[in-house]
Amino acid sequence: MGLYSITTKILKSIAYPSELVPSIEEDDGHHHFDPVTEHEGAKLGMWLFLATELLLFGGLFAAYAIYRAKYPEMFMLGSSSLDVVLGSVNTVILIFSSLTVAVAVKAIQENRIQLVKVMLWVTIICAAIFAVNKYFEYTYKFGKGIYPGTDIFYSIYFAATGIHMLHVFIGMAVLGVLLRKVYQNKYSKDNFTAIEIGGLYWHLVDLIWIYLFPLLYLVG
Amino acid sequence: MSEAQESNYLENGHGFKSWFYTVDHKRIGVMYLWAIGVFFVLAAIASFLVRAEHLTPGQTIVSADTYNVLFTLHGAMMVFLFIVPGVAASFGNFLIPLMIGAKDVIFPKLNLYSFWLYLAGAAIFLIALAAPADTGWTFYTPYSIETGANVILITFGVFVLGFSSILTGINFIVTMHKLRAPGMTWDRLPLFCWAAYATSLLQVLATPVVGITLLLLIGERYFGLGFFDPAKGGDPVMFQHFFWFYSHPAVYIMILPAMGIISEIMPVFSRKPIFGYKAIAYSSLAIALISFLVWGHHMFVSGQSKLINIIFSVITYAVAVPTAIKVFNWLWTMYKGSIELSTAMLYSLAFIFLFTIGGLTGLFLGALAADVHLHDTYFVVAHMHYVMIGGTVFGFFAALHFWYPKMWGRMFDEFKAKIAFVLIFIGFNVVFFPQFIMGTLGMPRRYFNYAPEFQTFHQISTYGTWIIGVGFILMLWVLMRPLPGKAEGNPYDSLSLEWSMDSPPGTFNFDEIPTVTEPVYNYGTKIEAEE
Amino acid sequence: MDNNGGYKSLINIWLLLMFLTFITVWIAQFDFGALNVPIALLIASLKASVVALYFMHLKYEDGMTWIFATYPIFLLFLLIGFTVVDMFSRVIN
Repeated sequence: MGLYSITTKILKSIAYPSELVPSIEEDDGHHHFDPVTEHEGAKLGMWLFLATELLLFGGLFAAYAIYRAKYPEMFMLGSSSLDVVLGSVNTVILIFSSLTVAVAVKAIQENRIQLVKVMLWVTIICAAIFAVNKYFEYTYKFGKGIYPGTDIFYSIYFAATGIHMLHVFIGMAVLGVLLRKVYQNKYSKDNFTAIEIGGLYWHLVDLIWIYLFPLLYLVG
Repeated sequence: MSEAQESNYLENGHGFKSWFYTVDHKRIGVMYLWAIGVFFVLAAIASFLVRAEHLTPGQTIVSADTYNVLFTLHGAMMVFLFIVPGVAASFGNFLIPLMIGAKDVIFPKLNLYSFWLYLAGAAIFLIALAAPADTGWTFYTPYSIETGANVILITFGVFVLGFSSILTGINFIVTMHKLRAPGMTWDRLPLFCWAAYATSLLQVLATPVVGITLLLLIGERYFGLGFFDPAKGGDPVMFQHFFWFYSHPAVYIMILPAMGIISEIMPVFSRKPIFGYKAIAYSSLAIALISFLVWGHHMFVSGQSKLINIIFSVITYAVAVPTAIKVFNWLWTMYKGSIELSTAMLYSLAFIFLFTIGGLTGLFLGALAADVHLHDTYFVVAHMHYVMIGGTVFGFFAALHFWYPKMWGRMFDEFKAKIAFVLIFIGFNVVFFPQFIMGTLGMPRRYFNYAPEFQTFHQISTYGTWIIGVGFILMLWVLMRPLPGKAEGNPYDSLSLEWSMDSPPGTFNFDEIPTVTEPVYNYGTKIEAEE
Repeated sequence: MDNNGGYKSLINIWLLLMFLTFITVWIAQFDFGALNVPIALLIASLKASVVALYFMHLKYEDGMTWIFATYPIFLLFLLIGFTVVDMFSRVIN
């Protein structure tokens, strides 16, 4: 096997890990619970997962609460150095992307596949714009010699927005996979669980930002 | 069994791929069992070396640095690779769907991915062995920030393992919500499932906090974030807060499944309904709730404030209540029962005895004033091992013997297994009881060297590890060599659902999803009806 | 199909969120002293609830989902609460 084919294989297995499992659907009966149970179960499972995500950020919120109370001046100074305009723009973008995902979830339940495609595309593009804005924000900070570890405020700023950014990327990947499957006509009004729980994940990304934005940018 | 299932789950496919890519919860459970078994043996070997080092003061067999690596290996592997995922992932996977009358867990593929994540995390851990870590399993700052040893790799391994544990937890919770067979109401749910449910809750809700803590620790080492670094205005004690916010509930992640196992075994070998079913079930949930409130009792001498010390010390006593409720209910289950002293029952009885010692010494440590004296001594080591070995490992061994015919379809040699039990039980007490005394006399934990007056205690303790080692080997030997001939489907006349089909079960567990019509531990009435 | 309301109501929710975003940015220019953070958190929580209730359909979910959605918030308060109590009741600070 050539280097090329090995590389593509590895890349493929990273992009579509589910395809690593050979032909599971055909050979077993484990999968076939009734659709209502599967749908309800997937939603409950996703909410549990969102709970873990919330607590993951919980550590950062706790650190914020403690150090803000301890060093109010540092937080005032740091906060006022952040770009409120860019932060507000990103907030608007994320909230809009939340709307588009919500519309996509609604549309798939009415079998309006074309609308689903458009909405998912818009969501992914919004996420990309958000990422680009964040890139400019970070490079601007680096240019001024501000890095994680400069002081506690910036450490929290970079850690919180960085981990949030990671979730934006994961969300983009999830939505991308969903979109690809929409194009393959895998989803319909009888089978939309994946889009619904993918949407829940994306809303969480928005939810976290709803808190990060005022805490970091505004409360100066 | 009908023609719908000609072969059992063990015979349905052979070779590496049929196991490694399986979505069958039973096979995944068995794979977990093998994996945690291997790590258990490795970690146990590390502990034998640690004990052997203590035969004499000063250097006996290894240098001080190697000693630090060894106890870190022992602690970190036992905690993160064996005892946290251990019973829940192996027996939980194998038993929960069988007990609630389902074909599988609700997300079978996710279940497989969780196992792969576990293996990946374990692999990272093993690589970290090559570049050793010496922080102990707790990764306390500031040492973990400053040490030259490999902290990043091992914490990242823990992070991945945590992910695996979260996904397994979600899977179990949703399975128990959505896939219970008709008639399997919550008040008929086997107590092992209740315990696994509470465990899963803790896994799901506590693990993310240690996840972010370890990420911040990695960030601290890479970028110098400063959260835990006093030189930058941070606070190393905050690390301990975050760490124990997870790790105290994690203690119950370790013990709750074992409590579930005991609750299953007690009624079967006492031939009586479990006493206080609801009390045991709800006390599992109560533990899951209260265990989040007491983490600070690990930090009485860390420099946290007096006020919070008092608050945590008081609440700590509350968590003893649901635990005691369970112990009393098990005892009452045996009262006037017709007790059969099978190997599994012996391990269960030992569990109650040893766990009670462990639990009561825990109360000493929860008392603020006593803890200041006992903290970081061998008293803590002994307490912890009485709970973790006397509790979890004995429960785990009980399960290994009890569900042996279910898993493998064969029986084992009860007599030899009982000899192994006696050796392990005696050996265990010889190892750890002297440590209580040493601890109260002031022998600090994790020290390489010790004062000569402790030598007798240390030597007795080390000799104990040899007894327990022989016991382990005998137990493994017995379990590896099953008796010839197929086991009966239900050798103990148990009434719970997992014994209602052939042993070992077919791939899809039930030909038809059963309907449950009576409480799960209805032993007395059933026997009367038969007579 | 779930009775989630039409697309129009989704857009109304979005407009409400935009309005709240505007409020939170606008109100930040005034200094309420110690109340700055509580006010910001109040508005953020309002927005978060709206997103959860309507965009994430929490309003239409069963009790168990509610418990799993809200219990972590309680735990978060625990984590912050106890840690803060410790930090600010130490004699040497």
